[in-house]
Amino acid sequence: MTTSASALPNALKGGPNRIATMFADRKGKKVLALFLTGGFPHLGSAVEIVPRLAAAGADLVEIGIPFSDPMADGPVIQKSSMVALANGITLPLLLDQIRVIRRSSQVPIVLMGYINPILRYGPERFFDDAADAGVDGVILPELPLEEAARFREQIVRSGLAQILLVTPTTPPERIAAIDAASSGFLYCVATTGVTGVGGKSAAHDYVANVRAKARKNPLLVGFGISSPDDARRAASQSDGVIVGSALIKRFLEGETMEEVVAWVRSLKDAIG
Amino acid sequence: MKTHIAHEPYAYPDARGYFGKYGGQFVPETLIPALRALEGMYKEAQQDATFGAEFTSLLEEFAGRPTPLTFAERLTSLYGKGKIYLKREDLCHTGAHKINNTIGQILLAKRSGKKRIIAETGAGQHGVATATVAAKMGLTCLVYMGEEDMKRQQLNVRRMEMLGASVIPVTSGSRTLKDATSEAIRDWVTNVEDTFYIIGSVVGPHPYPLMVRDFQSVIGREVRGQIREREEKDPEYLVACVGGGSNAIGLFSPFLDSSAKMIGVEAAGLGLETTKHAATLTKGTPGVLHGSFSYLLQDENGQVELAHSISAGLDYPGVGPEHSALKDAGRVTYVSVTDQEALAAARQLARQEGIIPALESAHALAYLNVLMPSTNADDVVVVNLSGRGDKDMETYGATGEGGRQG
Repeated sequence: MTTSASALPNALKGGPNRIATMFADRKGKKVLALFLTGGFPHLGSAVEIVPRLAAAGADLVEIGIPFSDPMADGPVIQKSSMVALANGITLPLLLDQIRVIRRSSQVPIVLMGYINPILRYGPERFFDDAADAGVDGVILPELPLEEAARFREQIVRSGLAQILLVTPTTPPERIAAIDAASSGFLYCVATTGVTGVGGKSAAHDYVANVRAKARKNPLLVGFGISSPDDARRAASQSDGVIVGSALIKRFLEGETMEEVVAWVRSLKDAIG
Repeated sequence: MKTHIAHEPYAYPDARGYFGKYGGQFVPETLIPALRALEGMYKEAQQDATFGAEFTSLLEEFAGRPTPLTFAERLTSLYGKGKIYLKREDLCHTGAHKINNTIGQILLAKRSGKKRIIAETGAGQHGVATATVAAKMGLTCLVYMGEEDMKRQQLNVRRMEMLGASVIPVTSGSRTLKDATSEAIRDWVTNVEDTFYIIGSVVGPHPYPLMVRDFQSVIGREVRGQIREREEKDPEYLVACVGGGSNAIGLFSPFLDSSAKMIGVEAAGLGLETTKHAATLTKGTPGVLHGSFSYLLQDENGQVELAHSISAGLDYPGVGPEHSALKDAGRVTYVSVTDQEALAAARQLARQEGIIPALESAHALAYLNVLMPSTNADDVVVVNLSGRGDKDMETYGATGEGGRQG
C-alpha cells in the first residue's frame, strides 16, 4: 500500500487536511468529536459505526488503537481495548478499515493510541501508511511535548496533524509551547486523571486560561464529558468537545446503533 | 587473553533521562510538571548535606546497614573453583534490598510536602518496604498489588496491613506486577497534586531509573570496600538477579569503572523455548511500557506479552532502561535460569550455608552452576543475595523444596 505517492505531503496528494477544512466549514460553530476504540465492539465495527456517527453529527472521529496496557485509560476504555484485542484487531487491519470508510465518508479521522504498537510497526512507515489510508491526524498521549518532538518531522511530512494535549497541571508558559507545536487542534484535557469519569475536575477558569495562552489552534475539551449537559458546559468555553468513554459505555451496555445515534444527536443539539 | 576495553567515563542518564537510546519520559502530560519537580528536588537533595546525612543515618540505624559480606565456604568447596561471597541484603530490615530505595524516596516525599504515598508491588517486598517507611514518617500509604500476587505472597500482604498500609487488589490484565504498575500510574495521574509515587525498581519515567539506581548503589559501594579489605582487589565476577533490575544496578553501578565481569540473571520460567518466561533482555525487543523505552516482551503487533516466573518479583515483561543500555554496550552479560534451577539453588544454599534465599535471589545463585566451572581458584565471585526466603516458604513447600529429602 505504501506507494511513492505517500512520500508526498498530503497537500500535494489531495488538498488541505480534512481537519483544517472541517474547522473552516464549521465557521465558529461548536465541534463534536467522538472517540471509538478500533476493533470494538466487533472486529470490523468501525466501518459501520464511523459513517453513522458522522451522519448523526460527529464532526471528527478519533479511532483508538488498542494496547494491552492502557495506563492512561479508565475502566471503560480498558474494557473496550481488551475486547478489541480479543477480537484480533491490529494496526494493519485498522488502516484497511479506514480505507473502506474513506469510500463513503470524508469525516476527519484521527488515530489515538499508545506508542508501542506504532514503534513495532515502524513509525516512519506507519505515519505514511496512515496518511495514505485516509487518516488526518494522530494523538499520542504518552508523548509529551519533548518526546513528541522527535516524531514531528515524520508526522508532518506524512501530511498528518500532530495533536498535542494540555492538562490542568500544565504551567502557562508550557501551554503556549505545546500549542505552538500542535497542529489540527489542541486537546484540552478537562480533568486530572485517566479517561472517563472519576478524574478530578479542573478549576472553573481552566479552559479560559488555556485559551489565553493558546492562540494558534482550535481548542477541543475532552475527559469526563458524559452527558449533553456536560457537553454544553464544556463547549461554551471552547471550540468543541470530545466524548469517548460515555459513547463506548453505551456499546458495552448493549445499546443498539439506533439508540447510540439518537444519543449522539442529543449531544450535538446540546452544544448548538 | 581478553583485553579490557577502556571505559568512557560513565555519565548516564543524560539531561533528558536517556541511557543512550533507552529511558525517557513516556507519560501523559499531566505528570510532566510533577516529574520536573521531582527531578529538581532530587538534584537539590543531592547537593544538600542534611539529606545525605539523614539518608545514611536511616540506612544505618533503621535498615541495619552496612550488610555483611559472607564468605560462602561450603558452597565454594562444593564447586572447588573460585571464592564465592554473598552480599547479605537479606539481612536488611524488612528482608530485602528494597528498603534502601524506599528510605531515599520517602525523604524526597517529606521534602515535597505530599502526605499520600502510593506504590506498586510484585512479590510484596517493595510494598512492605514502602509501608514501613511510610509508617515511620507518619504518612498514608496505598499499595497496588495484583490479585494473583496477593495469593502467592500472603505473608507480605499481612505485613503491609499490619504496618497500616491499604493493599489494593488489582484485577485487570494478568493481575501481577505489570498491572499493579499500570494501576499505580492511573492513581498518580488522578492524584498527582497530593500524592508521591514511590517506584520500586529502576523502571518508569525519568528520573526514577536514576534515583532508584543511586539509592541502591549503596550495595555495590559497600561490596567494593568489603572485598578490597578481604581480598585486596576488586572481584572478578558480580552476579545478581534481574526483574526490573534494582538490586543488580545497585551492585553493578559502583563497579562500572572496574574490570569486574557482571552477570544479570533473568527468570527463564518454564524455559526460554516456551512462552512462559520473564527473560526480557534475553528474548525481548525494545519498546515503551510504563514510561520508558527499554527491552520488552512483546508480540509482532507491539502488544505486551505476559511474563511468567515462579518468582513474583521477577514476573515482569519490562526491565530498567539502564540494563538495556548496558546489554547493548556489552558491559553486562544477561543470562537466564528456569524455575526449577532456581528452586534447586535455593535448597542448595539452605543446606550448604544455612541461608534460605528469596526465590528472586535464588536465580542469581542458580547461575553459579554455569559460572563456577569456568573460574580459577583465585577468582572472587560476589552474588547479591537480594532478599530472604520467608515469603516463599509456601512455594518451597508446595514444590517439595521444603521437604526432608535430598
